[in-house]
Amino acid sequence: MTIIAKKPASLTDLPMHYCPGCGHGIVHRLMGEAIDELNIADRVIGVAPVGCAVFADSYFACDMVQGAHGRGPAIATGIKRSKPQAIVFSYQGDGDLASIGMAEIVHAAVRSENITVIFINNAIYGMTGGQMAPTTLVGQVATTAPNGRDPKLQGWPINTCEMLAQITGAKYLERVAVDSPQNVMKAKKAIKKAFENQVNGVGFSMVEVLSQCPTNWYASVPQALEFVRTKMMPQYPLGVFKDEGGK
Amino acid sequence: MTEKTLRKGNEALAEGAIRAGARFFAGYPITPQNEVPEYMSAHMADAGGAFVQAESEIAAINMVYGAASTGTRSMTSSSSPGISLKQEGITYLASADLPCLIVNVMRGGPGLGSIGGAQGDYFQATRGGGNGDYHVIVLAPNSVEELGNFPKLGFELAEKYRMPCMILADGILGQMMESMSFNFDPIDPNALGKFDWAVDIHKNGRKKNNVFSYKGDNLIADVVERAKRYGLIEKTEARWEERNAGDCDVLLVAYGLSSRACLEAVNRAKEEGLKVGLFRPITLWPFPSKRLAELAAKAKAVLTVEQSLGQLVQDVKLAVNGKTPVYLNAYPAGGQPDGHTILTAVRSCLNGGKEGLFDLQEHAAGFTYECKRDTSLGMQGDLKGGK
Amino acid sequence: MYQGIRIAGFGGQGVISAGILLAQAGVEDKKNASWLPSYGPEMRGGTANCSVVVTDGEVYTPIVSVPDTVIIMNEPSLPKFEPLLKKGGLMIINSSLINSRPTRTDITVVCVPCNKIAEELGMGRIANLVALGAFIQKTGAVTLQSVEHAMKKVYKRAKPEMLELNKKALEAGYNAVK
Repeated sequence: MTIIAKKPASLTDLPMHYCPGCGHGIVHRLMGEAIDELNIADRVIGVAPVGCAVFADSYFACDMVQGAHGRGPAIATGIKRSKPQAIVFSYQGDGDLASIGMAEIVHAAVRSENITVIFINNAIYGMTGGQMAPTTLVGQVATTAPNGRDPKLQGWPINTCEMLAQITGAKYLERVAVDSPQNVMKAKKAIKKAFENQVNGVGFSMVEVLSQCPTNWYASVPQALEFVRTKMMPQYPLGVFKDEGGK
Repeated sequence: MTEKTLRKGNEALAEGAIRAGARFFAGYPITPQNEVPEYMSAHMADAGGAFVQAESEIAAINMVYGAASTGTRSMTSSSSPGISLKQEGITYLASADLPCLIVNVMRGGPGLGSIGGAQGDYFQATRGGGNGDYHVIVLAPNSVEELGNFPKLGFELAEKYRMPCMILADGILGQMMESMSFNFDPIDPNALGKFDWAVDIHKNGRKKNNVFSYKGDNLIADVVERAKRYGLIEKTEARWEERNAGDCDVLLVAYGLSSRACLEAVNRAKEEGLKVGLFRPITLWPFPSKRLAELAAKAKAVLTVEQSLGQLVQDVKLAVNGKTPVYLNAYPAGGQPDGHTILTAVRSCLNGGKEGLFDLQEHAAGFTYECKRDTSLGMQGDLKGGK
Repeated sequence: MYQGIRIAGFGGQGVISAGILLAQAGVEDKKNASWLPSYGPEMRGGTANCSVVVTDGEVYTPIVSVPDTVIIMNEPSLPKFEPLLKKGGLMIINSSLINSRPTRTDITVVCVPCNKIAEELGMGRIANLVALGAFIQKTGAVTLQSVEHAMKKVYKRAKPEMLELNKKALEAGYNAVK
């Protein structure tokens, strides 16, 4: 028997708890592959967020730290400054990174902490049950925006990559999606680059991943993928917003 | 042991922490503890450690969470309103069983309060402060010498029991200069050995380490296990100082700077022919209840002297358990005790008077309690001294 | 011996540094010493003051609320600190800048023209050391030699000629109240 596909060594064998169709599992796998390919597994220390990925500390085979909501970049700073040889990542959702943890992500970028941030943007609070996120689209229904997000009441969605691009210390910012095989391949490339940058001492690198949440969008998986393409991408265009990492 | 030198409290603390092997410091400016991050920014790199001026107290304590996860001797310092912000991180540190040092150089409160020294954070420090069932070990220095030497003790206790340790100091202790010496040689943290629970680079392919706070179904077992450690700490780690405490009519109980004013009262009392002793808790948690109960049983009255509105006195009453009358001589919100005012209260304890004794309900009923405050110190709160 | 001292004056008159010097001198003499500045609104400009304790035994509270000695360097500090001074205590007045005199009769008052003496030595700024010299003469709380040693530690960056001038100011104050 020949093995033609297997889980990356950087992920544990534990089955993931994510809902069917969720993007988290895909991104975990891409990160695992990147870590394996860069041969840095024994140096990686990850930071798990509060949110749907709270159990990520069990899914990655590296040493992991799980801390308070939104504080991932601060925790990663403490780890990286104490262990400069370690490769440190912070894995965060949109509520975690772009709402409660906005100060922490901005200032990690300001200090150009040499860390890798993987930011999952699915425009909704998943774990708590579909409340409005800072990235929820105008008109999008959430349990705390039952009539859809109304800019008069709830403001507009926040474009994190574009915002962080204004900060000198942010060295690599790219937005990708995991809605199609082609985009998954591109996401993999971006994630790998964000880790590679850290190995090369480039400084703050973040990849924003547009991800689907069929459960809290009350959508089938195909509908959810369509939502990413037709609703999210116009608000959150894919692409590189900053790349000062060299080759 | 070093030669006695004159040092500012905050600087002695910072130097003491570096000597004790602290290799990570994150903090945010707030009066009256600014000399601590300033000292760290100048000296931590030379010691091979890292200093980060964080964007907030919340970020600072979470940086400590990250650094402590790696087994590095990590610390933060702040003052009262900043410590309130850190409570999130402190409860997470407690739940993740991480050792670290947190310093509170207390100022007046509630809220932005004042920048003057005060002791209003006793409840916050000894009752946990953040959410959930947990404790932090609380050390209360009363001199610059102790401020300089307690970081070592704090790290050792924190690591022994895998929990945060707090040094609860008065603002004035941080700001004053005093002759002091370090009672230990500088520690090389690399020589201390590694913790098997810490996250780190691991070339040998050992089992992965997780530092985490969400316990889910395992929470009960987790809290119960921690409670066993707490019990052991209460039994073995209580620390206190006694002055004339075994043979006195009035036993004063005070910690930190207040205890220094009590010493003056103890000595002045001798001149007046009064028998006054002092019991000074050095650990506020664990509170040295057992010894206090023994001593209180021999005294006619116990008088708690604190720069707060009746916080320490609650632990004193719990310890004494009604066997001896417990009175309060309170100096809240930046009031400053001195030997004279304490002796007034001592006399009231003995002759049934009211002067100098504070009681909330009598206070509300119109009995005027005069809280002495030395305005010449110029320590009233102001905009410049704010955050 | 237990000396609790308050030194008060304008910001810039060196009352804070004179206090540090005195505390350091106490340490040089193998005594225990503490120093506490007024801090907060009075740090810049206006009046400044500090508390110093020098003792053979242990320092009680560093807040000297009933001083054994007050050193008053400017006019506004006189009414502020006169009431605090303990009965029978010592008040040193910088008579170069202060025309008023205390109303209390239960204290010892020593007037020293600190600025005048300092200016005669060539530098008005060292009036604080003249006052300190007078304090040492009157109390013996520390020795002149210990203050001279302390100067080297407290004024680390001072040039030798400046230290020499400081020493002269100290001695001049010491001799002025013999």
